[in-house]
Amino acid sequence: MLQLNRIHKVFNENTPDEKIALDDVDLSMKGGDFVTVIGSNGAGKSTLMNIISGVLLPDTGMVRINEKDVSLVPEYKRSKLIGRVFQDPMAGTAPTMTIEENLAMAYSRNKNRTFRKGVTKSRRTYFKEVLETLHLGLEDRLNVKVGLLSGGERQALSLLMATFTEPAILLLDEHTAALDPSRAELITNLTKEIVAKYNLTTLMVTHNMQQALDLGNRLIMMDKGQIILKVDEQEKKHLTVDKLMAEFQRIRGEQMASDRALLS
Amino acid sequence: MFTAIFGSLESGIIYAIMALGVYLSFRILDFPDLTVDGSFVTGAAVAAIMIVNGGNPFVATLIALVIGFLAGCITGMLHTIGKINALLSGILMMIALYSINLRIMGRSNIPLLNEETAFTTVSSFWEKLGIDPILNKGLELVGLGGSLPSTWAILFFMILVTLMIKFATDMFLKTEIGLAVRATGDNKRMIRSFSANTNLLVILGLGLSNAMVAFSGALIAQYGSFADVGMGIGMIIIGLASVITGEALFGTKTIARTTLAVVGGAIIYRIVVSLALRVEFLETGDMKLITATIVILALTVPKMIDSHREKRRKKQKHKEIMVDLPMESGGEQRAAAK
Repeated sequence: MLQLNRIHKVFNENTPDEKIALDDVDLSMKGGDFVTVIGSNGAGKSTLMNIISGVLLPDTGMVRINEKDVSLVPEYKRSKLIGRVFQDPMAGTAPTMTIEENLAMAYSRNKNRTFRKGVTKSRRTYFKEVLETLHLGLEDRLNVKVGLLSGGERQALSLLMATFTEPAILLLDEHTAALDPSRAELITNLTKEIVAKYNLTTLMVTHNMQQALDLGNRLIMMDKGQIILKVDEQEKKHLTVDKLMAEFQRIRGEQMASDRALLS
Repeated sequence: MFTAIFGSLESGIIYAIMALGVYLSFRILDFPDLTVDGSFVTGAAVAAIMIVNGGNPFVATLIALVIGFLAGCITGMLHTIGKINALLSGILMMIALYSINLRIMGRSNIPLLNEETAFTTVSSFWEKLGIDPILNKGLELVGLGGSLPSTWAILFFMILVTLMIKFATDMFLKTEIGLAVRATGDNKRMIRSFSANTNLLVILGLGLSNAMVAFSGALIAQYGSFADVGMGIGMIIIGLASVITGEALFGTKTIARTTLAVVGGAIIYRIVVSLALRVEFLETGDMKLITATIVILALTVPKMIDSHREKRRKKQKHKEIMVDLPMESGGEQRAAAK
């Protein structure tokens, strides 16, 4: 479904600010895989997401979706295949447009946009149906401007818009991080529900270790632009936050020890 | 007085098309497009030179529209492909168009006095219908017989044309492409994540905007019977004045309401200017100053009114809540009494 091979990405190359964002990253996901990504700030998680979605192009390496090389396909074309939910609840919707207009735009994702009406009667019925799955009562507020919704409602709508056209890949970039705990839980549960419903191949970045363990069938840990730990389906079932922390200490500790040896 | 207002109604409804164009770039795309100052004249120049050379005035007006579209597209390309700042790409195109307009016209002014224009054609057709005498009779009855308009044709024809463009704009903004254009002005990142090519949409939006502006310019040239290379100076501000006053006066609840407000704003702007010019100490040269004043008022007054209302509302609420609370001074008095 999704293959990343030998991805390198360096920012500000050949300047004092040079930063290796991704260093030889390989990742392969099968259809229906749900991989959670954890790692500290600056580990390269967001860069990884941006490389997959086409916001950034890799310096070297190949991105394949459905066995097709999309490394050089521009972002807007790639988004036919990729659904995205951002961290900022304001980022995934158009605030001055109504709920149904936003859904209509999302609905056109994998079609060619034409001069036909965006919101038709039959589409409106369909939009109501999918909105009901959120259990937020948004189906009765189709003509409300999205800017008037709360952060949680907007993020739920963003999630729905990103997924109801069943994209090949779903990218969730800390999409619950900006919400209060109860809203975050709501979105987490919706995510679980929706991903299962459409059997979406999903990659989710999170800072919340517990969330990373609760969701998905695989887990990867990133640090300094590398994937330092890959946990497969079997192992993940027995993983706890403590074990994960210990593992992180062990891997990084070793490296630190070797660094020290090198420097002394 | 009546003649002045009738004249501003006529020209206002022609300028309304330009204002709709400015609304499209300024509000929908959130792109302050200064190309307008140039493309308005381009429309006038193209129509004028074609009419002088014996072309059909309606065809000439439509070709002006197409050329305006192209001019807008170029501004869009400067911004999206050339990655030039929005304001700067508009200014560059405006300056470039000044020379291009001179080239199109071959001189700085083309009079259209004895030419057959869209309006002369429409007027002579209108006369055959015999509606004017009836309407003028009506005016005489309400006591305005002193200054009868020479023809009602232009007013009715332009109301028809402008409303058609207004409804077409409303409909376009509800199509799949129209929704994507609106989202481009609203949240580029979002609409890109839904597979829309925002560069193309900006180019298309600016093209349509300047098509309307050039169309309006072509009609103004025929209405005023001349095209002049300087007739577009400050046009963007006139457009903004119309958009902002219209929105402030008539509201922005829906797209259809807002476009109607913009048309209304354009007419009101003309009426205000013509009334202002009747004030003794103001001269024709003060036009731009008047325009600037109108824009400043339209931008500041509604906000001041709003905040004033809000303050009063809060004061009222404060009073209501505080009414059953023992006042501080009362407490002191009681304490003193003890």
